Amino acid sequence: MNLMIEKIPELLNATILTIQLTLFSLIVGIFLGLFFAILRLNKNKVVSGFSYYYSFIFRGTPLLVQLFIIYFGLAQLEFIRESFLWTVLKKPFWCAIIAFALNTGAYTAEIFRSGFEKVDKQLIDAAKSLGMSKYNTFYKIILPVGLKRSIPAYGNEMILMLKGTSLASTVTLIDLTGAAKYIISTHFNPVEVFIFTGSIYLFFTFLIHNFIKFIEKKTNYIYKT
Amino acid sequence: MELLIFGDKGWGDELFYATLMTISVAITAFLIGFFFAFIFVPVKLSKNKILKFIGNTYTTVFRGVPELLIIYLFFFGGSGAVMYVAKIFGYNEYIEINAFLTGALSIGLISGAYSTEVFRGAILSIGSGQFEGAKSLGLKKITYFIYVILPQVLRLAIPNLGNVWQITLKDTALISVTGLVEIMRQSYIAAGSTRNPLFFYIFAAVIYLILTTFSLKFFNKLERKYNFS
Repeated sequence: MNLMIEKIPELLNATILTIQLTLFSLIVGIFLGLFFAILRLNKNKVVSGFSYYYSFIFRGTPLLVQLFIIYFGLAQLEFIRESFLWTVLKKPFWCAIIAFALNTGAYTAEIFRSGFEKVDKQLIDAAKSLGMSKYNTFYKIILPVGLKRSIPAYGNEMILMLKGTSLASTVTLIDLTGAAKYIISTHFNPVEVFIFTGSIYLFFTFLIHNFIKFIEKKTNYIYKT
Repeated sequence: MELLIFGDKGWGDELFYATLMTISVAITAFLIGFFFAFIFVPVKLSKNKILKFIGNTYTTVFRGVPELLIIYLFFFGGSGAVMYVAKIFGYNEYIEINAFLTGALSIGLISGAYSTEVFRGAILSIGSGQFEGAKSLGLKKITYFIYVILPQVLRLAIPNLGNVWQITLKDTALISVTGLVEIMRQSYIAAGSTRNPLFFYIFAAVIYLILTTFSLKFFNKLERKYNFS
């Protein structure tokens, strides 16, 4: 236990990195998700197909592969190393954010899509009978109600993303899991470190869980009885 | 494409065996998960508060802590624990446990936490009339569990078990950090020695995509087959 107390400054930095990775990826991911979920509703088959295959590919492969393709794979291409993209892609931090955001974006798109589908038919019929345009029906009815319906599932996705950021330790970043691995391999005390870092993760899971519950309560004015 | 030739010149055969390794680790972990689910579902559903707490702790910890951290715990802690037990029996040599077992056990525990939740949900969604009906027929507890409850639970659980399988299959990629030669590890080795990471990681992604697509089809078929209602 003394050792863990000694390591608190290191673990604090690592925790901050984990929080940064989670928040950045989730913020970019939610916009990607919304964008692709709206594309999916498009009548044009090419557009909706593009969105479908984006979700299909990123949900069908492990996050680790996606991260490695972006971090190790893209560095191999000559034109990327010479372009302006290289300033971003040579940093493991940004590679991790790109990979995580694309991954969570795919899951989020799927969550929002099913949220849009769950919107009651009667609401849409009511909007039609009031003479609302398609554009208005979508942005004033389907979008807000659908997003509200997706909140619980999105909470799970937030927790999955928090866990997913642990993969950043495989591309040289010292996040919470990376720090844990480093301490274990230098001091050989896996159980202690696991309990300590595991509790930090569980604490954040708990925070997310309660945050989602709070948001759900706040936005639940429609179905109040 | 030359890189994928079977034999000494290419990586085709290595990647093929690595794929088999991924599939076998995933299946083993999934079955280990079933084993843990069968222990922890009754524990979670029991009325005893202490047992309930143990069950909840298991599912919360293994679903809330990153997979990689759990793998590190077993990878670094596993041989230590085995050596500690061996010391009691008077064996003092260094013991290294098999990477396959470490991986399958750690992923299996995670998979088990998800399966536990799936089965628990399925049992709770069966109407209480089924339980009462079986009781009023005078069936023994074991008999009515096996002949009345279990078949219904399995049927209800199939779609969600499909999701658990997908999670388990994708989690096996993380075992590569322990050095077990599955798809990710083999791609890492191939990428390192040919200096062509882009090709090999994309190829690995394609293999995973094929595996997940086929298993999705399989579970959909299973679901349709057992969907009587």
